[in-house]
Amino acid sequence: MTKAILELKNIHTVVNAGTSNQLEILRGINLKINAGDFITVVGTNGAGKSTLFNAIAGTQTIAAGHLLHNGQDITNTSEEERTKFLSRVFQDPKLGTAPRMTVAENLLLAEKRGSHRLLKPRHLKQAFASLQAQAAQMNNGLEKRMNTFVSGLSGGQRQALSFLMATLKRPDVLLLDEHTAALDPHTSQELLQATNERITKDHLTALMITHHLDDALKYGNRLLVLKDGQVVADFTGADKQALTVDDLYKFFDD
Amino acid sequence: MSLIVSSIGQGLLWALLGIGLFLTFRILNLADMTVEGTFPLGAAVAVAAISRGMAPWLATLLAVGAGMLAGLVTGLLYTKGKIPFLLAGILTMTAVYSVNLRILGKSNVSLLGKQTVFNSHFLTSLPQYFDSVVLGVIVVIVITLLTIFFLNTDYGQAFIATGDNPVMAKSLGIHTDQMVNAGLMISNGLVGLCGALIAQNNGYADINMGIGTVVIALASIIIGEVAFGELSLNQRLVAITLGSIIYRLILLVVLRLGFSANDLNLISSIVLAICMILPQLEYHLHLRRSFKKGLTQHD
Repeated sequence: MTKAILELKNIHTVVNAGTSNQLEILRGINLKINAGDFITVVGTNGAGKSTLFNAIAGTQTIAAGHLLHNGQDITNTSEEERTKFLSRVFQDPKLGTAPRMTVAENLLLAEKRGSHRLLKPRHLKQAFASLQAQAAQMNNGLEKRMNTFVSGLSGGQRQALSFLMATLKRPDVLLLDEHTAALDPHTSQELLQATNERITKDHLTALMITHHLDDALKYGNRLLVLKDGQVVADFTGADKQALTVDDLYKFFDD
Repeated sequence: MSLIVSSIGQGLLWALLGIGLFLTFRILNLADMTVEGTFPLGAAVAVAAISRGMAPWLATLLAVGAGMLAGLVTGLLYTKGKIPFLLAGILTMTAVYSVNLRILGKSNVSLLGKQTVFNSHFLTSLPQYFDSVVLGVIVVIVITLLTIFFLNTDYGQAFIATGDNPVMAKSLGIHTDQMVNAGLMISNGLVGLCGALIAQNNGYADINMGIGTVVIALASIIIGEVAFGELSLNQRLVAITLGSIIYRLILLVVLRLGFSANDLNLISSIVLAICMILPQLEYHLHLRRSFKKGLTQHD
């Protein structure tokens, strides 16, 4: 049996705790994420997909339960601490990049994700060539815009940059929160292709939320269905390959 | 002529205030009111220390430390106390007013007959008003170079990213609260330095000398931006000093027109307001575009 890189044990989260509006979002999530898993996550709005990501990333406090990374309990560690092994791409292209910094500067920042930042020169010039080579792998002309301020990029390029930044320093776990949802269908497919290539090639462990059931079926080796804050289905390998969109729709009925 | 030299000297010394506020206002995207208290704090600390016999340079350094402390207070109120930033700055500013009175003992303390950083043998041998120009140039160059170095370190880049996109910064493991606190300390340290130098140049510290400093600092920053347009970050830092000098020259002209020194705060605000409205006017009237059209050939 492969070892779980991330393990969620009976995770609960609560919003507006202690008020009359108190609401439980995640209601006992149990999940073992194995190294090399590429998991697509589907579910209705409000099912708790984003909250699940926030709980893993540390932006949402875990009310009860335990989160283990390589067997170590990280339930109460800070968001900044978790960036040492975890990275994420947000749905909004604006959230993942610094607009008034150049593409190269953004990449350099991302290369040092989770490490201490010291009062020593950043050495952008020395890193430039290797960063540019990385940018070229996105196949969308990003490498020609290294010195452009990110605010001047298209949404597609900006999101491709966000994705590249999240994978530049290899994460143990990569969280993709509908990262192509804000893009036009064509650009969206391109980025998904690039995402899939990079995850497969580098054997990254990733979770990807999507509302496109086709994409959820097409990519990854494992598929989770979330409903009312719980994992109601978990398909892997051949089971996942045998799934159809109609099968998935059944989870969205009632 | 000597009035112009004096204005340039004042512009150079006051540029430190602009550079300080630039770090918070433009890089961190925070409007820091603390500086209205930190500026006279720097002045008060330096003057009080010099009056008690401390070496002027040491007293100036002490003023920097006091400024940094005030910045840290605002930072902690904001990052740990979760007080809205503008209010955190106003709280510190108000509290520091009382501290300044304690330090000075009365509302105005003169440095008459005391040594200041402007009393060195070399500076006093210069023609009138050139002392502030020379000292101003040296200090501004050193501070500008240090700031450029800082912003180009890994730490400085994380600082810029914090102001640019705090969500991203956090997701890359940058401790944004620490960055805000450090930025406020550096910024207010510079403002304290500015207050200390201005007080020594004027020969006194006054409890009310902080009024209007935010406007003066913003004027240097924004005049620099309006005058020089698109610049790199390093160039923008230099533009602040030029903006500060231009601002002093504008004041000189205005005073020559017959306004009194009592009108300065009104004039400062009007100058800043005009500079901030200019880009809007330009946008609506397409000034630059029609200007360009007039220069280039039609195709």
